[in-house]
Amino acid sequence: MHILVLLKMVPDVVEELEIAADGRALDLEYLRMILSESDDHALEQALLLKEKYGGKVTVLALDAPEVDDALFTAAAKGADRVMKIAGQDAGFTTRQAARILSLVIADEPGVMPVDLILTGVQAIDDLDGLVAPLVADDLNMPYLGIITGVALDVSAGTARAVKEYPAGVRGEFQIRLPAVLGIQAAEKPPRYVPVAKIRMAMKSIKIEGVEVPTLADGGWPLVNVLEMKRNEPAGHAEMLEGSAGEVSSRLCGILAERGLF
Amino acid sequence: MSTCPMTLETLQQFPEGKEILTCLQCGACASTCPYGEVMEYPPRRIIAMMRAGMLEKVFTSDSLLACVACYACMAKCPRGIRLTEVLLPLMKEQTLTHLPELPGELQRALQNTLRYGNPMGEPSRKRAAWVKTAGVPIRIFAEDRRPADALWFVECYTSYYPRGQDNSRATAKLFYRLGIDFAILGNEEKCAGECGRLTWEPGLFETLMDYNMAVFQKYQFQRVVTSCPHAHNAFKNRYPALGFNWALEHVTPFLARYVDQLKRLLSRKLPYTVTYHDSCCLGRQNEFYEAPRELLRAIPGMKLIEMVHNRVNAICCGGGGGGMWLDTYFKAKGYERLSERRVKEAVATGADVLAVSCPYEVSRFEDALKVLGYDKRMMVRDVTELLAEAMEE
Repeated sequence: MHILVLLKMVPDVVEELEIAADGRALDLEYLRMILSESDDHALEQALLLKEKYGGKVTVLALDAPEVDDALFTAAAKGADRVMKIAGQDAGFTTRQAARILSLVIADEPGVMPVDLILTGVQAIDDLDGLVAPLVADDLNMPYLGIITGVALDVSAGTARAVKEYPAGVRGEFQIRLPAVLGIQAAEKPPRYVPVAKIRMAMKSIKIEGVEVPTLADGGWPLVNVLEMKRNEPAGHAEMLEGSAGEVSSRLCGILAERGLF
Repeated sequence: MSTCPMTLETLQQFPEGKEILTCLQCGACASTCPYGEVMEYPPRRIIAMMRAGMLEKVFTSDSLLACVACYACMAKCPRGIRLTEVLLPLMKEQTLTHLPELPGELQRALQNTLRYGNPMGEPSRKRAAWVKTAGVPIRIFAEDRRPADALWFVECYTSYYPRGQDNSRATAKLFYRLGIDFAILGNEEKCAGECGRLTWEPGLFETLMDYNMAVFQKYQFQRVVTSCPHAHNAFKNRYPALGFNWALEHVTPFLARYVDQLKRLLSRKLPYTVTYHDSCCLGRQNEFYEAPRELLRAIPGMKLIEMVHNRVNAICCGGGGGGMWLDTYFKAKGYERLSERRVKEAVATGADVLAVSCPYEVSRFEDALKVLGYDKRMMVRDVTELLAEAMEE
């Protein structure tokens, strides 16, 4: 069983985000990158599957600030091989990123064959969740997204995946392997790895560098960012003032006006 | 003495490890331990298991999660066995590795401390944001590199937590009025990491030590003064191995050295009856029992009374050793919150103010007072806050 996990770094929204002077991107100077949360879940799901069914886990990420920390952490948690696609000097569109990943997966020696490719179903900069289905399409594999649980039938070459629907409905699917799954949440929260183990991984594990493949179409973006700006608050809360009696009768009035009583 | 790193395997090659074998099994440690009655393996049993070669049973249970690193077992041991400093951190390290799942709150605190330098997961770039509200000038080393006498290491709760910032603002006012030549590290500062070490995480602790030591080397100062007893603990006991050789003081004993000068500044009467809670790290670990009391007695109009458990017998607030991030877990286990046990005793004295000198305690005791419905009867104030209040015209 060979499971490939695709990781990506996204802007850390804990630190303040600034918009660059050209108004079309985030200001990189003030940006810190963090592993996308659902990718962290994809990694956890892969490690849980490895613990249950054996095999190995390979992690592949596009280069980004702090990506090495994420890869060493993945190794410390139990990933067998960590790889980084290095060499790009600018960010990619989702389509370009997916194409680059597909080319590396298909052509880099020792990556194929894979049984399962897991990645986060969404990222804060890919809310459409396009990377995983695009990779699946490039590699001619089936795809399922919004997955919250995976079980394997190794001998039959299939997986059973649980997909979440609104209103508390779950669907269970059988999918032929190799397949790509977009993970919403792992079966358990991502595990804690002691920092000593990460430090040890930094000394003993090598991140394998892979050159960015050249894109046949020159990689021209089909979609361009025109403008990026902060939301302007549309309205403000109305503060009710006065004695408790005045405030409560005014409040009742408002609720009645809006038909909430 | 052995030069190999101290681990559970090599422990007995070290004098402090050999000492553990001299345990009398009297049980003073277990009976003084604030969570002794709920632990599957209280300190006495841990030592018995160690002698029997069965330590694995201890660290594969979650018993040690209830250790709040309060130094009570160590303070009461008739043989002077240094449990909190030696055996318990090594055991906790193993517990962390063996626990099938870490309580979520603790996991987040550890991850946040690694990434943002503070357990609450606040932005590292906002660490010094409180400075603008201090009302007195505060020099940040990165902006003005001239040497200072004191590097004030503010720490996390005192930088981010709103009630902790009250402590920082008070400290800044006191330093300013006393004419102390001080500077802070601002956004360059990260948690000193003491709870990292006592919370099972030596790797996190080492990462923070390496980082902070590199920042210290950039500037010139004579002493480090810190608002946090846990940071004081780390700087005193662990950082010297990396070359930390500056004079070191916690803010409370540091201010006590200026008590005569302070008395002239404390012009406002504070008609409070105050009871003082000894923090574990300042009290049992460093025996700074009198400095905070001397400062409180210097405030005009203030009456100081003692709780039943005071000084070496003080009951821990429950925040040490990672307890700060295990409240939900303790609650789920049905344990009494130690901060509630402590405030019940404080309220029983009839005092209006519970005075503290550790930034963990303000949030813990204020929450406990609210939970028990005592928040109208008693308020929690850091010693520095009371001093600053008495200094206002």
